[in-house]
Amino acid sequence: MTRYYSQDHEWIEVDGSSGTVGITDYAQGQLGDITFVDLPAAGTALKKGDAPCVVDSVKAASDVYSPVSGTVTDVNQALEGEPELVNTDPEKSGWLFRLTLSDPAELAGLMDRAAYDHYIAGL
Amino acid sequence: MRYLPLTAADRSEMLGVIGAASVDELFADVPASARLSGPIAGLPLHASEMAVERHMGALAGKNVSAGSVPFFLGAGAYRHHIPASVDHLIQRGEFLTAYTPYQPEIAQGTLQVLFEFQSQVARLFGTDIANASMYDGSTACWEAVAMAGRITKRGKAVLCRGLHPHYVSTITTMAKFTGDMIDYRAPKLDAAPDTAGVIAAIDAETSCVVVQYPDILGRIPDLAAIATAAHAHGALLIAVVTEPVALGLLEAPGHLGADIVVGEGQSIGVGLNFGGPYLGLFGCAEKFVRQMPGRLCGQTVDAAGKRGFVLTLSTREQHIRREKATSNICTNSGLCALAFSVHMTLLGGDGLHQLARLNHARARSAADRLSRIPGIRVLNDAYFNEFTVMLPSDAREVVRQLADRQVLGGVSLGRLYPDAPGLANGLLVTATETTTAEDIEALAVALEGVLS
Repeated sequence: MTRYYSQDHEWIEVDGSSGTVGITDYAQGQLGDITFVDLPAAGTALKKGDAPCVVDSVKAASDVYSPVSGTVTDVNQALEGEPELVNTDPEKSGWLFRLTLSDPAELAGLMDRAAYDHYIAGL
Repeated sequence: MRYLPLTAADRSEMLGVIGAASVDELFADVPASARLSGPIAGLPLHASEMAVERHMGALAGKNVSAGSVPFFLGAGAYRHHIPASVDHLIQRGEFLTAYTPYQPEIAQGTLQVLFEFQSQVARLFGTDIANASMYDGSTACWEAVAMAGRITKRGKAVLCRGLHPHYVSTITTMAKFTGDMIDYRAPKLDAAPDTAGVIAAIDAETSCVVVQYPDILGRIPDLAAIATAAHAHGALLIAVVTEPVALGLLEAPGHLGADIVVGEGQSIGVGLNFGGPYLGLFGCAEKFVRQMPGRLCGQTVDAAGKRGFVLTLSTREQHIRREKATSNICTNSGLCALAFSVHMTLLGGDGLHQLARLNHARARSAADRLSRIPGIRVLNDAYFNEFTVMLPSDAREVVRQLADRQVLGGVSLGRLYPDAPGLANGLLVTATETTTAEDIEALAVALEGVLS
């Protein structure tokens, strides 16, 4: 399993052709208390850069962009009752959706942890 | 103090920046024939306040106003009695400037009014929730269609034939920009609405079915049957109420399966006002709240545990969500909503029920009297306070002749449907609690005179 990061502060953990997507700890810190997560329907076809998901916080409503193309297979149902999981555990139990990658070559355009840390240090 | 902040130098500097030689050049795209070349002929440059008052009074005197003669107009705007206490209360200093709150939580009184208003609308419509109001019934109706598109991710709206043509027009105008397909045909002159036709038009692409209740001809559609059919296809039912007083007698649309209920609130507390400002009502099932347009006031507790009010779920709204907001409405009809709420509070549940019974009784008296006139037939087999009569000739001409006899006799279908000559003999007649037995007799006698 390999984890990649985007400049829009999403992470994706890839296991074979399946990827799990969430937002980074840095992103949740910027958003503040999260009150609602609008998740996509399973079966939704996504292109890299589409915004299938909206995270509402006390400060703003923010789109979550899909870091790669693919088809949504599963969403994190726990967030319906406990959206604050995105605050407390953003890079693990606060994941947002899973998808089947349609073009794994897109991963090459994403960052690894070290590159992402360097990226946010410069923000 | 006059507010004229720009100097001639400011103006020429700005014109210089955008490369225009004169202010007139900015209007170059307006055809010369549509531009004024000088002062308006016959309009003096100056007049005293007294002279203007006298002149405007004379102009207004040419109108036949609703309160001055027997009056039977409806079709989406209704004349009802507004108790003097409504105007008194809404003009109190605490309320008069009430507008959509920009620093909301500071104005707890304004928020509480909105909260009470929402509670009343939700109870009236039989919906879980309602928003703090929209501009008017027709724009609320379009917003509901757009909302159904977001929820179902489909793009075809089926409008019942009995939907007010002005509402249809608002929807088709907006759909030009969103690309929604609109399935609509003008009504047929049957005693009951075309339920089977609406149901047959629903398919797997349909986002919503929009049904007016009572419909434009005053008939009462079978909402429950249409709701069942819509839901079987994964579509939503939007019920449209242009005369909310009817809900004092008719079952609330939300209880009959409507997913979204919208309407025009003018009937309760807001006068005819020459067509505006009016009051859009909007309620829906709670599960759709995130897709609902408009402002929403919620009740909560403060840090000390005391009841307080907030504007809630604002992340749906344009000032936060920008172009992805549920709607570009970022406001509400504050003063009209207040008038609605005050009048509704004065009426109470029993009062609304009694008012509705009175409206229906007056309409029955009118229908009975008119149907005794040779050549006239009442179309509806059911109605609330408004029904359609079929005349032996073009109703537009009859309405004009009635007006000459100082009776405002109704709304001709020819006026509502200028492109449907088959409907021309139809006349919509409305009676409310303001209609007296003498008014009804005056209409009947005038009609007999015009038709003889």
